[in-house]
Amino acid sequence: MGALKGQLGISLVLERRAPARAYERESERASERAREREAPPSDRSVTEQPPAEQEKMAEDFKTKLEMYRTAPFDARFPNQNQTRNCWQNYLDYHRCQKALSAKGQDITPCDWYLRVYKSLCPAAWVTKWDEQREEGIFPGKI
Amino acid sequence: MATPLQLGFQDAASPVMEELVHFHDHALMVVYLISSFVLYIIITLVMMKLTNKHAHDSQEIEIVWTVLPAIILIVVALPSLRILYLMDEINNPHLTVKAIGHQWYWSYEYTDYKDLSFDSYMTPTQDLTPGQFRLLEVDHRMVVPTESPIRVLITADDVIHSWTVPSMGVKMDAVPGRLNQTTFIPSRPGVYYGQCSEICGANHSFMPIVIEAVPLKHFEDWSTSMLEFT
Repeated sequence: MGALKGQLGISLVLERRAPARAYERESERASERAREREAPPSDRSVTEQPPAEQEKMAEDFKTKLEMYRTAPFDARFPNQNQTRNCWQNYLDYHRCQKALSAKGQDITPCDWYLRVYKSLCPAAWVTKWDEQREEGIFPGKI
Repeated sequence: MATPLQLGFQDAASPVMEELVHFHDHALMVVYLISSFVLYIIITLVMMKLTNKHAHDSQEIEIVWTVLPAIILIVVALPSLRILYLMDEINNPHLTVKAIGHQWYWSYEYTDYKDLSFDSYMTPTQDLTPGQFRLLEVDHRMVVPTESPIRVLITADDVIHSWTVPSMGVKMDAVPGRLNQTTFIPSRPGVYYGQCSEICGANHSFMPIVIEAVPLKHFEDWSTSMLEFT
């Protein structure tokens, strides 16, 4: 029992001590996980779901969007500096949009990220990033 | 708002500020007790005739004046840490407002549902109506609903500013390129004033912040009317 606790303690310590530079990679992985979490709890990917289930997902999602008040607490960004929260949701929306459009699917699931980044990001930043994307000089990877 | 010859804090308008005021009263009482005790000892020492030319040690008094200050420090630190953690509690806000500092005005964005944004300039002194406050009034106030956690995201467009409302117990720097988050809960309806708190140029003293806390229904009516207006 003591050995198990020790192992758990070590793994927790290792997680807490993740260096700051790894935060970016962690953030990317976390947003990947967040996207996967929104997928249905089955072992088939979204594209393989039967149409009925896909529709149910879309309905649930619409309800979630209708109940939207403001960006909820995001445990990936628990502190005062929310710059990364805004940036990450902006990236996630455009990546989601790009990925789902490439597969020819409905991009409604991406609207969550849209609502969150609209809540968080100053309009001037969004305008600037949109212009940068149009000119092809956007610094993020979409 | 602050009043002339004011000594204490403004009346608290949020639960956190109430706690801060109580803590301040508690810590100040400890300070008064220590200071008056020290003053009494000094006066007694100076005024008395007896002198002791033979220095002795005394274990007992050494123990007392080590342990007692430690206890006093704990008595001050525990409520302080309680409030520190209270301020950091995770709450899911009902509304997000962005406050952006410019030279020399604030702009507010309410983008949870529709895109509402407006500038908030100080009312010049010559344009004040009787009863309004000099250097504190603005043309468009930041309206928020009462008794709801409000998240404010603060940034700046040019230089560093600082967004503060003392009666809410809120102060946060507005740094260009950074989005600083703070939350507060207006306990009661009212109008609450603050002033830019980071030197930002010629008109640093002339870019105030005004929060108008109203019941939710009034907030909804206001935001609808602002959307039509802007």
